[in-house]
Amino acid sequence: MRRKSKNPSTKRRKPAARADRGQTKPRHNVLLVATRKGAWLFHGDKARRTWQADGPHFLGQIIHHLVLDPRDGKTLLAAASTGHLGPTIFRSTDFGRSWTEAKQPPAFAKATDGQKGRSVNHTFWLTPAHANEPGVWYAGTSPQGLFRSEDGGVTWSAFSNLNDDPQYRAWMGSEQDGTPDGPKLHSIIVDPRDPAHLYFAMSGGGVHETTDGGRNWTPMVQGMAVVDGFDAENVAFHDPHCVRLCPSNPDRLYQQNHCGIYRLDRPSRKWIRIGETMPRRVGDIGFPMVVHPRDDKVAWVLPMDGQTVWPRTSVEGRPCVYGTRNSGKTWKRLDDGFPKDQAWWTVKRQAMTADRRDPVGLYFGTTGGELWMSRSEGDGWTSIARHLPEIYAVEAADME
Amino acid sequence: MKVLIASPLHSYVNAREVDAAGTTLREMLADLDRRYPGIRFRMVDEQDLLRKHMRFFVNGEQVFDVEHALRPTDEVQIVQALSGG
Repeated sequence: MRRKSKNPSTKRRKPAARADRGQTKPRHNVLLVATRKGAWLFHGDKARRTWQADGPHFLGQIIHHLVLDPRDGKTLLAAASTGHLGPTIFRSTDFGRSWTEAKQPPAFAKATDGQKGRSVNHTFWLTPAHANEPGVWYAGTSPQGLFRSEDGGVTWSAFSNLNDDPQYRAWMGSEQDGTPDGPKLHSIIVDPRDPAHLYFAMSGGGVHETTDGGRNWTPMVQGMAVVDGFDAENVAFHDPHCVRLCPSNPDRLYQQNHCGIYRLDRPSRKWIRIGETMPRRVGDIGFPMVVHPRDDKVAWVLPMDGQTVWPRTSVEGRPCVYGTRNSGKTWKRLDDGFPKDQAWWTVKRQAMTADRRDPVGLYFGTTGGELWMSRSEGDGWTSIARHLPEIYAVEAADME
Repeated sequence: MKVLIASPLHSYVNAREVDAAGTTLREMLADLDRRYPGIRFRMVDEQDLLRKHMRFFVNGEQVFDVEHALRPTDEVQIVQALSGG
């Protein structure tokens, strides 16, 4: 559908202004909410107290990730699929008033005769490239693949030789080695100081780094635990759920893993488990990882129950966020405003984020379709929306 | 030949039924994609496999291979499987 399509079910708004590029104070925030049945934009007022819903966009389509390009403040990319149709990527340059489909969505190379090739089930993760590379984007897919676009998301090609590298294919494993929604390549991170320095993570398949623009990749799994009984030396057994780089200190990364919460301070290559200081009955299992935009000692997680069969719900049915303000030495429970019991929330790895305001606003969406926020860095929580479809991803765009 | 288009793909063709040409299902899908860019990849993956929830019928008989031969008088139906939630 290379055509431009109007979205009849979308409430019309004027095109938004440029996004915050870190040089001026933002005037308001827009939340980009991707769900199993479409996408919504929530426009906040200056005080972040009221939110106006714009949507649904793509009603009925699975939207895995919806991301605004911070370099131009107007280009939106949406990673889409449906239960029946193949995956694609939609692009808008008028903040969702019209969408154009990618001419060449991410796709694996066709297998040679006699070989079994892979097919992209969906694009799971979208990351704008370096600020000095306008129009360049990266995409992570399920099953695990890494792709790059150099024309603003219109055409996509495999990035580096990763997708067909025999060692990486072994680490990626099969369909059975991934999440219930399929194995995923995610957490594509670009060093703000160097466009050739990238990280990505795979569930499963570990965390990886390149310092030469993708010509060579190196696993970075030292210090990360694996499920009991498995060999931590085997990269394939590592399951990072979400990795984030601190904007204020690009040498510091935080990670929520299947087996704990970690911090990495470069140039070290050894992850330090910082989740062991969480209360024992809560544990340090979860999916999202959120970092403060200006303070590398501050980060937040949303614990999930990882016992026995992995319920992936709020521990004991009592939702909470935990925050650290000292790099993981101690954690504080942040649940003021949440239900006190019988609330069995699940929050996916892309469904929690922060804005750039002061104090920082925190946001997350549940698989039950609830959208929550804190205007006070987690000290109090309020509901923005209920009754949305299953929320897959939440991003916060700071608008000038 | 006449090709019945599944409703999830109507946004590409703006019609319930279109005309297409080709001596195989592969050629017919290529013809559709020329005129309605992007439509093929939603139905057929990069390994030329029909997507698992899409169904192709030729004169009422289900076919599974993109090399299936077609005649100009054939009627092709593209439908989505009765699955989902």
